[in-house]
Amino acid sequence: MGLPCIHCGEDCGNHPIIWDDKPFCCNGCSTVYQILNQNKLSKYYDIQPMSGIKVEQVDLGDKYAYIENEEIKEKLLDFSDGGISKITLFIPTIHCASCIWLLENLYTLNPNIITSSVNFPKKIVSITFKDDHISLRQVVELLVSIHYVPEITLDQLDKKDSSISERSLLLKIGISGFSFMNVMLYNFPEYLPGGDELSNMFTRFFGIMSLILALPVVIYCANDYYLSAYKGLKHKMVNIDVPITLGIVTLFLQSTYEVITANGIGYMDSLIGLVLFLLIGKWYQGKTYQALSFERDYKSYFPVAVTKVMDGNTETLPLSKLKLSDRILIRNQEIIPADSLLLKGDANIDYSFVTGESIPVSKKIGESIFAGGRQVGSSIEIEVVKDVEQSYLTQLWNQDSSGTKSQAQLVSIINRVSEYFTVIILLIATIAAVYWLIFDPSLALFAFTSVLIIACPCALALTVPFTFGSTMRQFGRRGFYLKNTDVIEKLRKIDTIIFDKTGTITINSTMKSQFIGSQLSNDQLSSIKALAYNSSHPLSATIAESIKISNSSNQTVKNYKEIPSLGISGEVNGVQINMGSSKFVTGKDDMNPNSTNVYVFMGDRVLGYFKIENSYRKGLVDVIAALSKKFALFLLSGDNEAERNNLAPLFGSESNLKFNQSPADKMDFVSKQKSLGNKVLMIGDGLNDAGALMESDVGLTIADDIYSFSPACDGIIESSKFEKLPDFINFTKTSILIVILSFIISFIYNFIGLFFAVQGNLSPLIAAILMPISSVSVVAFATFSISTLSKRLIS
Amino acid sequence: MSVIIILVIVGIVVAGLFLLGFIWAVKSGQYDDMYSPSVRILFDNDKDILSSEEETDITENDNSEINYKI
Repeated sequence: MGLPCIHCGEDCGNHPIIWDDKPFCCNGCSTVYQILNQNKLSKYYDIQPMSGIKVEQVDLGDKYAYIENEEIKEKLLDFSDGGISKITLFIPTIHCASCIWLLENLYTLNPNIITSSVNFPKKIVSITFKDDHISLRQVVELLVSIHYVPEITLDQLDKKDSSISERSLLLKIGISGFSFMNVMLYNFPEYLPGGDELSNMFTRFFGIMSLILALPVVIYCANDYYLSAYKGLKHKMVNIDVPITLGIVTLFLQSTYEVITANGIGYMDSLIGLVLFLLIGKWYQGKTYQALSFERDYKSYFPVAVTKVMDGNTETLPLSKLKLSDRILIRNQEIIPADSLLLKGDANIDYSFVTGESIPVSKKIGESIFAGGRQVGSSIEIEVVKDVEQSYLTQLWNQDSSGTKSQAQLVSIINRVSEYFTVIILLIATIAAVYWLIFDPSLALFAFTSVLIIACPCALALTVPFTFGSTMRQFGRRGFYLKNTDVIEKLRKIDTIIFDKTGTITINSTMKSQFIGSQLSNDQLSSIKALAYNSSHPLSATIAESIKISNSSNQTVKNYKEIPSLGISGEVNGVQINMGSSKFVTGKDDMNPNSTNVYVFMGDRVLGYFKIENSYRKGLVDVIAALSKKFALFLLSGDNEAERNNLAPLFGSESNLKFNQSPADKMDFVSKQKSLGNKVLMIGDGLNDAGALMESDVGLTIADDIYSFSPACDGIIESSKFEKLPDFINFTKTSILIVILSFIISFIYNFIGLFFAVQGNLSPLIAAILMPISSVSVVAFATFSISTLSKRLIS
Repeated sequence: MSVIIILVIVGIVVAGLFLLGFIWAVKSGQYDDMYSPSVRILFDNDKDILSSEEETDITENDNSEINYKI
C-alpha cells in the first residue's frame, strides 16, 4: 500500500507522482492541485481533506467544441444580456463542503466569472460570467480542468425548474400555520370555564376575525384537495381527497353560518389545523432525492451535438438536426447517437451502458453499429442509417408513451379504504339526520354536518404520507432510493422477480480469470503480467490484476504492439509473447466460443488460454436463496449460455434461465408474465433493460454510482447494498402493516367523535381536541414504529 | 376590556409582517437549498485576505521602485 493521494485520497501505489513534496496518484490529480495552489485556493484541501475527484483522463481536445454552436449555447444559457450571461450546470460529482467552497470561488481562477453559487442537494452550480471576455465553452472547460465535469445532456436543454411547486407548498404551509396560530388564540376563551359568559361583542369579533383568516386557507391552501377530489370523481373513483373535501366544505359552511348568525364562534380552528396537518404530511411525503433522476430517457444519455463531416470539413450541429445518410465523426469516448454504418477507422464499441458488458466489441468497415455504444480508441467516421428516434434502442425507450404504468391501474390501499369510508360516513350522517327529523327536527341538520365534520379523515389521510414517507427515508439512508412513495405499495404486491445478468448479478468492473493449459512458471507469469500492463483493454487489466507476482515492474517490454480487437504482442526478456483472441494467437477459430478467452503464445508455442469470467455480486447466493422462498425468480441475459451451469442450481429450474435475449425479448417476457397475472419486479442496470424496466410493475436499477447514468426506473439501489434486497422487499410488508394499524387508531378516534356527533352535541371544544390529537398520535405512531422496526429488520 | 380588540389587531398586524417576510423568503428562493448556506457561512471571506495581500505586494513594489530611483 502506498500513500493516499493528497487530491482524491486514492492509493498512490508504488510510484506516486511527487509535486510540492506531496504524493499524487496520477497526473490529473497533481495538475488540479497545481492549479488550485497557484491561485491560492489550496484551502480546498483544508475544509475537507482529500476531497478531490479523480478523473482518469482530461483530454479536452474538441470535446466541448459543440458549445460554441449558437443554437446550443442559447438553449443552455439561462440568461444572456449586455455582456453578462448566466448558466446552470449539473455536476454529479459535487459531494462535500470543499466542493461548495471551490465552486463558489471560481472568480479567483478566472476574473471574468462574476459569481457562482452551488445548490448542494440538487448538485447544480449557477455561474454568472462576462461573456465578452470568457466564452461558455471556456467556462465549461475551466470546470473540467479542476475535475468538476458538468453533465450537459439533451433533456437538460428543455428542463423546467421544479422548485416552483415546492415553493407553493411551503407558502401554503406558512399561510395556514399563520392562520392556525391566530385563530386558536381567538377560540381559546370559549374553551375555558366561563367562556360562555364572554360578552357578545367579543364572540362576534373573534368569529369574524376567524372567518377572515380562514378564507385564504380554504380558498388557496386547500385548493389541491378539491382539484384531486374532482379529478377522482371524474374517473369514477372515490379517493381520499373526496371525504377530505367534504369535511372541509362542511366545516367551513357550518362555521360561517354560526359566525354570521352570531350563534357561536364555529370550528375554524379545527378546520385550519386540519389543512395545516394535511399540508405538512404532503410536504413530508414529497421530499424526494433531488439530485437523483428516475425519469431519464435516451435524451439524457445521448450527446447534445454531433460533428458532421462534409467534403472534408467538419461542422458541429445539434443532434436534432442530424439527418439520414449524414456522415459523422465519432471521437474517442463519444457515443454513437443513431444506428449507423462504419465508414472509416477502427471501431471498438463499448456497449457497457447498453448491455452491461464491459469488453468492447470491434467492428469492421461496412458493419452496422447500434446507437448507444461508446467508441474507445481512435476517431471513426460513420454514416447514419436510421433517425435518432427510430434507432433500435431509442425505440424501446419511446414505447413508454403507451403508459403501461398508469395511475388508474394502481388501486392503492388508501383509495380502497376511503371508498368504503365515504359511503359509511354518508350513511351514518343520513341515518342521524333522519332520526333527529323524527324526534327533534331542529337538531337534524346540525347532526348531519357534525358527522361529516368529525369524520373528516385527517388522521386517515396522514397515515400513508408519514408511514411511507419515513419508510422511503429509512431506505434512502441504507442505500435504496425510491422514486416516490407509491413504489412501496407496488413492491409489496410483487410475486415475480426477474434479474438481468450482466452488470446486475455480476460485477462489471471486476472479472476473474483462470488459466487453462500447461502449468505456468513464475517467470512466465511475471512476463505475461508485464506485457498485459501495457494495455488498457479491460481483459488485459483483468489478467494483469489476477497475477499476484510483484516483481513484474522491472521487466521491460520491447516492440510492444496493440492490434485493436485482436490482441497485444511484445518481447519480454527476449521472449516473444502474443496474447489475444484465438484467431490472433493460434490462427484458428476459438474452440470454446461460449466463454471469453485470451490465448497466450510464448516463445515457440501456445501455452493455453485465460478464461475470463464475470464475478458474481457479493451475497448473491444468499439473496437468491432468500428470495426464492417467496417469489418466482427468472433470469434474462443478453449473453450466451456460458454461465448456465453456474446459475441453474441457484434459480432452481433450468426453465427459469433465458439466454441470448434481445432488449425486445426481455420486454416481451415481462409483459407475458404480467398477462399471466403476476406482479413483476425487474432488476436491471443497462439501457438494454430499459424497455423491461418500464414494462414491469416495479423496475429497479443497480448502480455503482447512484448519480451516474441509469435508465428510467422506480428505484435505484446502491450496488454495495444488493445483499439487503430481500430485507427491503420484506420491509414493505411491515410498512403496510403499520398503515393498517394507524388506520385502526384513527378509526377509534372517529368512533369517539361520531358518538358525540350523532347525538347532535358536537361542541367546537370536542372537535378542537379530538382532531389534533388523532392526527398527532397517528403521525407519531407511524414515524416512530417505522424507524424502530427498520433498525431491527434491515440490519 | 375593549382594549383587547386593539391588542388583537396589533397582534395580527405584527404577525402579518412576519408572514410577509416568510412569503418573501420563499419567493426569493431561500428555501430551495437548505444545505449549502449552512456550510457557506463557515467559510472565511478570502476575498479580503487576497486583496490585502495584493495590496501589500503593490506597496512593496512601489518601495522597491522608489529605492531604485534613489
